[in-house]
Amino acid sequence: MMDIKEAILSNYKAKVFKSRKDHILDLASGQSAISANSRAVPGIMTNRGCCYAGCKGVVVGPLKDACVITHGPIGCGFYSWGTRRNKARSDDYGRNFIQYCLSTDMQEPDIVFGGEKKLRQAITEAVTLFKPEHIMICSTCPVGLIGDDIHAVASWAEKEFGVKCLAFSCEGYKGVSQSGGHHIANNGLMKKLIGSDDISPIGRFPVNLLGEYNIGGDGWETERILKKIGYDVVCVFTGDSTAKAIEKSHRAHLNLVQCHRSINYVAEMMNKAFGIHWLKVNFVGLKATVKSLKDIAQFFGDSDLIARTDEVIEQELDAIKEEMDLLTERLNGRKAAIFVGGSRSHHYQELLKDLGVETVLAGYEFAHRDDYEGRKVIGEIKEDADSKNIESLIVEPDKRYKAILSEARYQELKETIDLENYQGMIKDMENGAFVVDDLNHYETIEFIRFLKPDVFFSGIKDKFVIQKAGVLSRQLHSYDYSGPYSGFNGAVIFGRDLLMGLKAPAWRMITPPWAVNDPPNNPEAYRDLKAPEGSQALESRESLANIKPIESDLSSEAQHA
Amino acid sequence: MRQVAIYGKGGIGKSTTTQNLNAGLGEMGKKIMIVGCDPKADSTRLILGGLAQDTVLDTLREEGDDIDLDQVLKEGFSHIRCVESGGPEPGVGCAGRGIITSIGLLERLGAYTEDLDYVFYDVLGDVVCGGFAMPIREGKAREIYIVCSGEMMALYAANNISKGIRKYANTGGVRLGGLICNSRNVDGEAELVSAVAKELGTQMIHFVPRDNMVQRAEINKKTVIEFEPLCGQADQYRTLAKKIDENQMFVIPTPLSQEKLETLLMEHGLVA
Repeated sequence: MMDIKEAILSNYKAKVFKSRKDHILDLASGQSAISANSRAVPGIMTNRGCCYAGCKGVVVGPLKDACVITHGPIGCGFYSWGTRRNKARSDDYGRNFIQYCLSTDMQEPDIVFGGEKKLRQAITEAVTLFKPEHIMICSTCPVGLIGDDIHAVASWAEKEFGVKCLAFSCEGYKGVSQSGGHHIANNGLMKKLIGSDDISPIGRFPVNLLGEYNIGGDGWETERILKKIGYDVVCVFTGDSTAKAIEKSHRAHLNLVQCHRSINYVAEMMNKAFGIHWLKVNFVGLKATVKSLKDIAQFFGDSDLIARTDEVIEQELDAIKEEMDLLTERLNGRKAAIFVGGSRSHHYQELLKDLGVETVLAGYEFAHRDDYEGRKVIGEIKEDADSKNIESLIVEPDKRYKAILSEARYQELKETIDLENYQGMIKDMENGAFVVDDLNHYETIEFIRFLKPDVFFSGIKDKFVIQKAGVLSRQLHSYDYSGPYSGFNGAVIFGRDLLMGLKAPAWRMITPPWAVNDPPNNPEAYRDLKAPEGSQALESRESLANIKPIESDLSSEAQHA
Repeated sequence: MRQVAIYGKGGIGKSTTTQNLNAGLGEMGKKIMIVGCDPKADSTRLILGGLAQDTVLDTLREEGDDIDLDQVLKEGFSHIRCVESGGPEPGVGCAGRGIITSIGLLERLGAYTEDLDYVFYDVLGDVVCGGFAMPIREGKAREIYIVCSGEMMALYAANNISKGIRKYANTGGVRLGGLICNSRNVDGEAELVSAVAKELGTQMIHFVPRDNMVQRAEINKKTVIEFEPLCGQADQYRTLAKKIDENQMFVIPTPLSQEKLETLLMEHGLVA
């Protein structure tokens, strides 16, 4: 008897097999330790991004009041221009640079003679045109190779223009994925921004929302709810946010951590430096949102706030109940696979559960073991050359450090709301599901064959691979131009989008011309293949296998040929 | 057209030797181009009678892509054509990339004309990165001479360069033509260099004795052959030129292990 994991791994050569076997968990077999945050195997075209993508694309890019300059050839700047759907509204003084892409457009002579001069010129132009108070320099690969001293240029810019200038040595080749870039960005924000504004007023129940990048407006929906209850959202890291807000963020009392992977460093460092507690929250999914809101209210322990929280939850749930019930009725029993970054694959399982959709496979592109298994394993994670290569800041308590909770209260909250902890994705997954780290196209296709999910949530790099296999794919990095998907209203929008996709199974009805005479490449053939004996393969709920391929001119031509 | 690269430890006299032997080849009626591959751009000053050259990379930076060959190519003694790659000042940018860019540009500008008998590349110091190996990659220099002396570090560098040559020998077809001993008046120098050459599978093609005439010619921005054509040192360079012109011995070098190299040095009384 060959199980699914063995069947998929069996096509690999020994060396690849040895590496990949520890990245794939079959939860039914009782495995729980996974290999993660390690180098992709050469020859496997990994879906991962680069260090620059993590720093500029994810963490720093969404700050709307900063001019973010990509120091490098134009491609890196161009392809990270407006591609991440981190929405931003113009704030009251009209300083919103989110639509712009600033790049030094390095060319061959700049590589040979050094690019510092051009970087200085770019900063000068940015200051002249936009008059920003903050400038971010993000390095691309060649900058690291030729050794441009961007940090010296940043110091020069601060003296010359009286701006704050942050330089990030986030060259694409650093680390094993975009994860290193998140860490580098976190360090930069901690070193230069957090804790530099002690003056701006802060309201009652002040919180920061960490790891919320406002994709498709998620942050707006979450903020709406938090504000409705009565919180002062001091700063969002970093969706629709500002560098100015980050400067005062050390005065919040609680950090709400949405995306654990990309921002837990800031949460930990602010805890050590300023005594701010952090709480892992999840505003994706109704039950998850309700739990998060209740936990936050518990933290502050104010009876009015707790009552107001319950009141808002009731109002919000009432408003969407009818449509959620309808959506749940129609989606119930479907199977989903999810492969996204470093936290969404966990978050979205909660929302899918609300809708009656079972997750049969979940994986992360660039997560670390703690995102899978919980922070309890952090001590066990062995540092390798790749992780040591990324700077890790040692933070000391600041002179403004103050204990927000009494020791007794802290211990109590540690018990009740699991303060300063994240238990990881696996804990919330059903037995029988698969967990796959750094999934690749081959494994994607194979898992589709065996697990027959109705929908595969992923991103642009594999969306079309999945659809060519006849399965609906929805992007959870960008939401396919939809959203928000967070909070109460977002859950409904997500449900609608999913139902819409499933009820228009266009991809299953097409036999591409190249596959007509080639059954192994024919998506129709995939659906007829039986899963291996003894596997937990799930029969798809409705069989579309009888649908005949559409006779097109192309396919008949191909048959004649 | 024979394309020849001259390598060797920094300060060993590559540029001086290259220009003097080229003056010898020039006298023989050979048509030659020297491509200086050192950011300092001082590989052609003896042929040109001074640092009169706009470098390829400076010109590229200032003129954009609109470059004519005659902006960067000057003729000097015996109609030897001289080009300097140039490059960044120390501590910035990427000199290696500069050499790759520069040689690519020279090809596109048509510097490699049919009538040339020789193209000499005078390359900076050691092969420190891919850029400095550019002259020995596919389609470029097919033969290499390493300038060395009987000093330990010079031979150590020669051995290292041989490793680089071996790496490219199989793919690029480059071969080692010999060691040129630029004497430092070390005891038993010729024997030691010959012994190392033998271990490398090559030859010491010529022993150039030390002579103050070289200094005097250099101060006058001339090669010895131009400055004092009748002196003995001028004949030494003529001999080197003739030997290189007639050379038939091109090998894939067999670099020595560190231990073997040290043993050789000890045998010749260098290491206590």
